[in-house]
Amino acid sequence: MNDDFAIDVRGMTKRFGDHTVVNGIALQVRRGEVYGFLGPNGSGKTTFIRMLCGLLAADAGEGHCLGFDVIRESELIKRQVGYMTQRFSFYEDLSIAENLDFVARMYEVPERKKVVRESIDRLGLGGRQRQLAGELSGGWKQRLALAACLIHGPSLLLLDEPTAGVDPKARRDFWEQIHQLAVQGLTFLITTHYMDEAERCDRLAYLSYGNLLTNGTAAEVVAQSGLTTWTVSGPDLPHIAQQLRSAPGVLQAVPFGTTMHVSGTDGERLTRAIAPYRTEAYRWQPITPSLEDVFIHLMGSSKDNYSP
Amino acid sequence: MSQRTPLSLARFWAIVTKEFIQMRRDRLTFGMIIGIPVVQLMLFGYAINGDPKHLPTALLLGDQSQQGRTLLTAMKNSDYFRFVTELHSEAEAEEALARGDVQFIITIPENFSHTLLRGERPTLLVEADATDPSATGNAIASLRTLIDSSLRQDMKGTLAFLAPGVPPIDLRVHARYNPEGISQYNIVPGLMGVVLTMTMVMITGLAITRERERGTMENLLSMPTRPLEVLLGKIIPYIFVGYIQVGLILVAARFLFHVPMAGSIPLLLLTSLIFIAANLAMGITFSTLAKNQLQAVQMTFFFFLPSLLLSGFMFPFRGMPEWAQMIGEVLPLTHFLRIIRGILLKGNGIHEVRGELWPILLFTTVVLTIGVKRYRKTLD
Ligand SMILES: Nc1ncnc2c1ncn2[C@@H]1O[C@H](COP(=O)(O)OP(=O)(O)O)[C@@H](O)[C@H]1O
Ligand SMILES: [Mg+2]
Repeated sequence: MNDDFAIDVRGMTKRFGDHTVVNGIALQVRRGEVYGFLGPNGSGKTTFIRMLCGLLAADAGEGHCLGFDVIRESELIKRQVGYMTQRFSFYEDLSIAENLDFVARMYEVPERKKVVRESIDRLGLGGRQRQLAGELSGGWKQRLALAACLIHGPSLLLLDEPTAGVDPKARRDFWEQIHQLAVQGLTFLITTHYMDEAERCDRLAYLSYGNLLTNGTAAEVVAQSGLTTWTVSGPDLPHIAQQLRSAPGVLQAVPFGTTMHVSGTDGERLTRAIAPYRTEAYRWQPITPSLEDVFIHLMGSSKDNYSP
Repeated sequence: MSQRTPLSLARFWAIVTKEFIQMRRDRLTFGMIIGIPVVQLMLFGYAINGDPKHLPTALLLGDQSQQGRTLLTAMKNSDYFRFVTELHSEAEAEEALARGDVQFIITIPENFSHTLLRGERPTLLVEADATDPSATGNAIASLRTLIDSSLRQDMKGTLAFLAPGVPPIDLRVHARYNPEGISQYNIVPGLMGVVLTMTMVMITGLAITRERERGTMENLLSMPTRPLEVLLGKIIPYIFVGYIQVGLILVAARFLFHVPMAGSIPLLLLTSLIFIAANLAMGITFSTLAKNQLQAVQMTFFFFLPSLLLSGFMFPFRGMPEWAQMIGEVLPLTHFLRIIRGILLKGNGIHEVRGELWPILLFTTVVLTIGVKRYRKTLD
């Protein structure tokens, strides 16, 4: 056990019937770190997080979460973890204040009334505290959920797609808050599909079909991928994309706004493949692959364990 | 360490409070709480008659004569009466009837045969527990012809001097507890049990499945909750709801149906508490077993139908085949019906009622234990 880590687990495995949904995942998250958890839908992110806080019984695995045994001491882990579920899971027929009060009571928070009032004030929810949670917009629901997760003063926050369906402004405010809290020493494990959010994480991990494909800082993840990428702009990109995809040495040709990223793992062959298209009309430039290029590559190369 | 205690009062009350708030905001369910008793009261204004046989009968024999025996044999042969015991005093007889151990008490007075042979028409007293008029109706109707024909056959000649058409004995039937045989007196109190069974089991049956379906269960489970806190916290508010229904039906019974209230109302309220708890425990346990709200409703009906049919509410309990009676004895409603009819119509006190309370308490304990065991602390 190492006290520097908020999460330090190995071999975490979960099966539903014949399907291994989380396959022997090891993860180390340092205290005070904002850790991004990425992967396509169904890759096992939610399942992994649920195992961490004892909501699902792991089929295999060991390690510690906040210094407690991740398998045997989930009751103790729960007290110090704030878990924000993927789907809004507070009571829609309770008001904001009632929800917060309920959560505070469940954790037996000392000086409950004061803590709840402060939480409402801090969130700027004061004017709406009597409003039913079910009537709130996505952004406000997310604020409420985060406030509720924080009310018992957890030291680890597990946030499952916290910004899905939230407008850009609210998303930015949200990340602002995350970084402030991280500075105060809170640890975050956050799942997201947004690349800009992934880039704001100290480190990240990428899952696919239950397997951990890569992890590290954004730069490390890019370096480990071994990709070479060119960006190209010009007319009729979809057309040449189609041709390039079947060319030897090209792994992917992905549109990025008005440009396109063409990547391969073998730089020489890639250069040869694009040579016929380097004409007057097109502007080609070698670039460092973006996280998105890397993730698209990882997704394409991993195998679906549901398929025979 | 606090993780070992099965119950934190603070968390338990948090759940109770939350349930109350949610109940208040759920207009439909609240409407159902009031609506179900009203609709049932209207629907069950009618009695459903069975034809129960082999009704337990006790004897108070003051005379050991041949004629008396003939009579009893004839009664036995009619299939309506089953002699279970011979009693020795009025007091004993009174108690057996109040507790519901027997349906009839037949008293053959001293000097029965003597009086009969002198042609002076001795009295044969039949006391019936007529709480449920449909249970005793046919048996009593058959008595008169039965006695007449058997005695005449047995004692041709001896009784020939009696004028035809004049019965040889004076049959007196005392329909006890409900002398006018008004079936509402039986049905309306029974309805209280039926309504409570239906609504209490259904409401709590939905309590946990609703949390699962709305996704709030994931949140609840991620907090340091214990099964007993959640289960009891969800049961308590509905006891309050149960009492609203009890009050509603009692008022209707008194002022709409003029049901006599011979016994103690506080005792009735106390026993109702135990009965309500039994049904809530059943519901909450269904809730831990059901995967969704539809299943919970189906389970409720799976429990409600036998309760309705086999408890003695729809058909006189003693009219049912033995296997059905055995199932009936397990159901809380069966015992509650005996309790509430006993208290209201017979004026029974705790002494007579006690014997019916234990089965309900046992049921509650067993069912709640299953619920706590089945309550899943994970989402698996
Ligand atoms: N309770 C469950 N029973 C069966 N399969 C499940 C269950 N929960 C999740 N799964 C399956 O496990 C896989 C991973 O799901 P999940 O952890 O929700 O992925 P993610 O959060 O990365 O989108 C999916 O294929 C999903 O269908
Ligand atoms: Mg998910």
